[in-house]
Formats: sequence, structure tokens, C-alpha cells
Amino acid sequence: MMTIAAARLIPPGCVCFVGIGIPSAAANLARLTHAPDIVLVYESGSIGTEPKVLPLSIGDGELAETAAAVVSLPEIFSYWLQAGRMDLGFLSAAQIDRFGNLNTTVIGDYRRPKTRLPGAGGAPEIAQHAKQIFIVLKQSPRSFVANLDFCTSAGFLTGRGERARREISGAGPQVVITDLGILKPASGSEELTLVASYDGISVGRICAATGWPLAVADTVEVVPPPTLGELCVLRDLQKRTQVAHAGSVLAQREMHRLLQTQV
Amino acid sequence: MQLGTLQEVIDEYVDDGQSVALEGFTHLIPFAAGHEILRQKKRELHLIRMTPDLIYDQLIGAGCARELTFSWGGNPGVGSLHRLRDAVENDWPQPLKINEHSHAGMAAAYTAGAARLPFGMLRGYVGTDLSQVNGQIREVHCPYTDAAVAAVRAINPDVTVLHAQAADRQGNVLIRGIVGAQKEAALAARTLIVTVEEVVESLSAPMNAIVLPHWVVTAIAVVPMGAYPSYAHGYYARDNAFYRRWDEIARDRDTFTNWITRHVVRSRDHAEFLDSLAEAA
Repeated sequence: MMTIAAARLIPPGCVCFVGIGIPSAAANLARLTHAPDIVLVYESGSIGTEPKVLPLSIGDGELAETAAAVVSLPEIFSYWLQAGRMDLGFLSAAQIDRFGNLNTTVIGDYRRPKTRLPGAGGAPEIAQHAKQIFIVLKQSPRSFVANLDFCTSAGFLTGRGERARREISGAGPQVVITDLGILKPASGSEELTLVASYDGISVGRICAATGWPLAVADTVEVVPPPTLGELCVLRDLQKRTQVAHAGSVLAQREMHRLLQTQV
Repeated sequence: MQLGTLQEVIDEYVDDGQSVALEGFTHLIPFAAGHEILRQKKRELHLIRMTPDLIYDQLIGAGCARELTFSWGGNPGVGSLHRLRDAVENDWPQPLKINEHSHAGMAAAYTAGAARLPFGMLRGYVGTDLSQVNGQIREVHCPYTDAAVAAVRAINPDVTVLHAQAADRQGNVLIRGIVGAQKEAALAARTLIVTVEEVVESLSAPMNAIVLPHWVVTAIAVVPMGAYPSYAHGYYARDNAFYRRWDEIARDRDTFTNWITRHVVRSRDHAEFLDSLAEAA
């Protein structure tokens, strides 16, 4: 449902900087449903790619083969992202706070971490330069925390215009899509506020899954359940992906060698 | 440019204590060269790579590294690099000093290194805690507008190792597909080693292709499937199933050590390594 809810929010025609996992699935679902003209840019340097299967890594060959252009990393991050050419950036994290700041670096103390996470990757500059940010993240008191253990990527920092005062070019997180509902920053305070929930999920349950007293909008809308069409397209995409990723590269090498010895 | 076996080239050009960058952004990762470094028991290396990937997980777990400069240390699409985590969280098998960047910052640091500038610049790291834990991320002010800009110290590895599709007989190297920051890492280094799928009569390179001319290449070794389980565009695909399987192998210290001994240490070269994996499958 997270994937489908995220896909629905992607505006047609937008230039979308995507990472692996739900962002990639959501962006491709949008491309295959309501937004066939969106431009997908992966940080591996693939611009305008149209993959038939979802990539496992950010640099799968599929992305380069179906791209309009493939550029180097220094180029993708400077001429394309930093220059403000990306309409939308998708991010996820291990921890988020009420102002949409994200931690993907460590749980616990930096020098003596309880859990060492992968780290920053493209996120800090995506968070800084994409015109707007969508965040996709499962909601629990462990991930929605009052205080981050480490700030990897800036959201609204301390809120109330702090992001603008620091002259950060992009507008920051515009929506947080969780497995329970949808949050948006309130105008003025910039604090994340519950604006919609999925069918059958109570506001109380969503508040209980949040590590701070969650602000709730006056009217909390209900997100319409997935349509049959959306489910079919998504399942089809996932099935193609599974088959593609299970192929054995070493078996191909064996076969190649057998063919050569027969000749 | 010198043409040799991988064994000779690593023996001659990689020394204990050096800074070494095995670059390749998910594509063309020089796995065979990394395994040869491991086999030759190089120690106290400062490893540099934007995405440490499985190859540095292996070198760190095998005790080859004292320091790591990186920008994203996970198993793409799968999860953690367990050996990297164990080193940072528990100092196993030895303490690992880390210098961590964002991708944009590290790309800028390589670019500066290639141009022999003292530092690279970017509009980045604003509002993050990264500059507090990495002394190689600082701030400078524009001499014209006084705007604050992030400054990252240039990266100039002692040795950069790349894998590429092909070289010609003179030693010119062609790289195509997803090219990451390979060209920058190559030109930032003092010594450049390249493994290739094959040597060809002519590269037939398109006019604007990425070609590293033979006179910047220190040594070349021919290693078919030298990027496996990463991939070489036009030759073989990424073994995504292996990347998934790695999670289980690397999770436990003994399982990891047994795997390294059986498949990497006991194999004389990359072809034997691939054979041993195929047998085990």
C-alpha cells in the first residue's frame, strides 16, 4: 500500500530522482499507470531510464540500457542535482523526527554505535537540492523518534522557517508516506501532521506508532484502497523482477564453456 | 604500461599501509583484484571507495584494512555489510578508522584529486552532522559573493584499481556503461592498475567515449569475468542472487572466514575462484 500511495502522489511529467526499493517501485508504478511521461533519474548516472524490471542495485545494467543518457557520478550530482534540475527526490531512513530530518548513519553514539547503518549516499544533497522531497518509511516508535541519534539529511531542521533561513534551495519534505497513513508539514510550524490514514487504521494507532505527540489535522482523510489495475501492474512488475534477479550468471559461464569445447 | 598477470601486478604495485581505491559504482567492481590483494595478505591498507560493497566487506573481514573512506556502506537492495558493521561496532578483526562522506562530496573530492586541486567544492552537507564527524568536510566562502560552500579535501590514492571491458595492445583502456567516478579515481591516483575482460586489436571507441590513454595506465592484467559478482556491460550481468546470498555468508564470523578460505584463499586465481563457486552451487 505504501508503494501505491506513493505512486499516486507523483505528478505527471515530473523529473524524479529515485533510489532503490520502494521509491524505485513507486516511480515505476507511476510511469506504468497515470504518469507515463515522468523522467526517472537514478544516482548511478542514468537519466531518463525506462527499466522493464526493477533494479536490485542502483547501478544494474538494465538502467543504463534503457536510459536516454548515462553520465558520470560527479556530473549527476553537480550539473543535474545540485543545479536544481530535479523536481522530486525520494528518500527513506532508519529514523525521522517531527521536522522530517532523517538519520541513515548510526543508531546510538557515532563513535560507539549500537547499529552502524549504511550512511549518507546521495541523500544529504538530494534532501538539499531536489525541489521537493517525498519520504517513504514504515511507522513505529523506533523509527519516528523525538530526537535523531544523527542527522544525515536535513528536513525542516528546527522548523518555523529555519530551512529557508539557511538558504537551502529545495522546498524540503512535502509528504511522508508510511504503512499506516500520510503526514504533511503544517504551514508555519513545519511540523509533520497526520492528514490521511489507510482504510481501517485508527488515528489512535498511528499516534501510538509515533515517538512524539503527533499533530493531527482537523479532518483526517481515508486513502482509497488499491485498485485492481494498480495491484495488477505492481504485481506484474514485481514478478518480472523476481525472475530476472534469480538468473544464474555462473551457469551462463558454464554453458558458454561447454559450447566452446563442442566446437 | 606494463602487461602482466594479476598476481605479478598486485605484488609489484600494492604495498602494506598504502591508500588504495578499487572503484566502480556497482558496475565494473574489480573483484578479482580485490581477491588477489586478500590472497597476498596485504595489511594496514587505507581503503577508499564510494560504495564499499561486498569486495571491501571481504577485505575488511579478512583483516586487510585499518582505515576506510566511503560514502554509502550497504549491500545494495539487500541490507547491511556485516563485516564492515562488525569492524565498526566491535573492532573485529581489528579497529577500522572511518572517514565518511556523501556521494556528492566524495565525487567532488575525487574530481579535485584528478585535477590536483587541494580541495573540491560543492553546495552540500547543509544541516547534516557529517561535518562534525569528518574533519575533511569544511566550509569556505566565495571570494565574489561570500556565499558558504562545502570544501572537501582532495582524494589522491596511492593506487587506484579499475576493471574495464577492454584494452588495446598499446594499453589504451575503454570503459562504457555506468561509469561512476572511475575516470576521476584513475586520474587522482599515483599508480593506476586496470584489469580487463580482454585485449583487442582496436577499441573502436566512439569519439566521446571514456578512454584512459596508455600513458596514464601503470599496469594491465587480463582477467575474464574479473568484476564478478558485479558485472561488465556487454559481457555478463550482475549476479543479483549472489548479492542476496552474501547476506547469509557474511552475517557470521566463522561462516565468512570459511567461505573466504575455501573460495578465495585456496583458489590460485580468479578462474579457480569462479570454478569453486560453480561447484558449490
